[in-house]
Amino acid sequence: MEVGWKKYAYTFLITAVIFATAIFASNYFNQKKINEIKDIESGISIDISASETQFSLLSELPCREISSSFLSKELSTLGDKLAYTEENRGSDDTEVINLKKYYSLLQIKDFLLMQKIKDRCGSGTTNSGLSVMYFYSNKGDCSDCQKEGFVLTKLRQDYPELRVYSFDYNLDLSALQTLISIYNIDKKLPVILINGKVYYGFKSIDDLKNILPALKEIDIQKAKQATSTKAK
Amino acid sequence: MITYFEFRQADFAKATTAKERNPNKLPSVSVIVPVWNEETTVLKTVFSLLKLNYPKDKLSILIIDDGSTDKTWNVIQRFAKNKQIKLLRKENGGKHTALNYALEFVDSELVGCLDADSFVHPEALNRIVAKFEDPEIMAVTPSVKAFEPRGILGLIQKAEYIFGIFLRKVFYYLNALYITPGPFSIFRRSVFRQIGGYRHAHNTEDMEIAMRMQKNRMKISNVSDAFIYTIIPTSFVALYKQRLRWVYGFIKNTIDYRDMIFKPQYGNLGMIVLPAAGFSVISTMYFFGAMIINWANLLILKIKEISTIGLSWHDFNFDLFYVNTDVVIFVSLVAVLGTIFVVVASRGLAEEKNKFGLDSLLFVVFYALLAPLWMSKAIYNVVFSKNTKWR
Repeated sequence: MEVGWKKYAYTFLITAVIFATAIFASNYFNQKKINEIKDIESGISIDISASETQFSLLSELPCREISSSFLSKELSTLGDKLAYTEENRGSDDTEVINLKKYYSLLQIKDFLLMQKIKDRCGSGTTNSGLSVMYFYSNKGDCSDCQKEGFVLTKLRQDYPELRVYSFDYNLDLSALQTLISIYNIDKKLPVILINGKVYYGFKSIDDLKNILPALKEIDIQKAKQATSTKAK
Repeated sequence: MITYFEFRQADFAKATTAKERNPNKLPSVSVIVPVWNEETTVLKTVFSLLKLNYPKDKLSILIIDDGSTDKTWNVIQRFAKNKQIKLLRKENGGKHTALNYALEFVDSELVGCLDADSFVHPEALNRIVAKFEDPEIMAVTPSVKAFEPRGILGLIQKAEYIFGIFLRKVFYYLNALYITPGPFSIFRRSVFRQIGGYRHAHNTEDMEIAMRMQKNRMKISNVSDAFIYTIIPTSFVALYKQRLRWVYGFIKNTIDYRDMIFKPQYGNLGMIVLPAAGFSVISTMYFFGAMIINWANLLILKIKEISTIGLSWHDFNFDLFYVNTDVVIFVSLVAVLGTIFVVVASRGLAEEKNKFGLDSLLFVVFYALLAPLWMSKAIYNVVFSKNTKWR
């Protein structure tokens, strides 16, 4: 019986080409995704800087003009995309780690900007006082982190005015470690930081609503609106 | 696929029937019909044989009743006076024993077998016999199609059989056919004298005999327009049992003939086809397993989510960002395109009217989900030495 060595070689070559193309295409699109995240990050960075500059320039800026649009809205989309990328590429990927560091930095800056607004205009004006800081770990040493993640995602969806900042506790970022030491946050994850107060362990939606009564007020307002539109 | 393109042209030029060329020199043919409790289909099978476009004095039919417990023996008595037909009866001993018993009564040049659940196209024999003009060809396999497929399972099988026609053609080009299907594969009588009769072969005697022929360097050919129609299982359980028997038989026979694998002296069969078939079983199981684990993980995650925050529907925002771009996806894409190409090409071989049908679509979408069900059981049975049954 004949063996078509030549044919095997061709077949092998074609197979190799198919796989090479697949690997190339995959890398191309994955790099595109990373670039997209980078673009969002630099977009947010510009937004924050612009807001900060605006804030310093117009120190007399009337509080009513500081609407919620003053703060970047893309932070949560970025968070989602980054989480997805981390899941796919693994949390050890250097690219992922760098993106995460930058993301954490942007979150801290956003938080500081919000604090400034709050200090000047008070928390009532633009709902700007509504923020939650969340510290997690995905190294397998935090069994409740997944559940807490569900809770915060749900809250963010229901209350777009709530700003949720999430930080990987183990991330090697000096600004983040400073934040952790300022608030004396122990590694008893998940940890939630609301208005400078630290809460350890899993907190359900109701727990968080009790800590943040403003959310309950939003519920009441929504209910009122719903009944009034019905009445009309 | 490469092989298919390479040989396609050459093959079309040769396609003429034996009768057109040598009407007087046709070889004598015997067709063995082994029956066991097939009272409902045996008549149709035999009538289709009688309608074959082949000289009556050159074609004889042997019906061998392998100890049926229903009325099969009575039913076939209507052929008792037909000179073309010989009726045989023995105690039940399994299909291979029936075939071997009948072979003792055969003295024609060619001999074939037709399962009693299958029917032949009137021109099938003519087209097959033409191939035997080449003295090296020791057996010829036909193209098997599903008989009156109905329902989703039926359509999937229809497409699968059509797909098989393509595979068989390519394996033939590679000289690597390792199955001579029970429905109407025709052999030279001398094959059985040289290498012996059928064996039990884990209830897939039609695979074992082909492997044994290959091992003895006997050439097996294929005629893609010699159509045989076989009754296909209609229920999932029946299909499952049939396929379990096939896959189990394939694995066991491959193990029995493992010394052929990666041996250049056995040509493409040893070097490519058998290893590839084995690999496809393993890779199918791997992807199926990965898929199940993936689904299970998703399910666990969803349950956790629901138990934490209750049922919630969030707005679904389509974002190209979340389209999976793993290497696996691109390779699968190529595989799916290749499959669709083969489906279209095989429909051409099968002389179907349309290039693509509902059955093709169902096959491409669902077959990869169905096959692992019997594959995994077959592997389990092989590992834990559990035998399969015919019915």
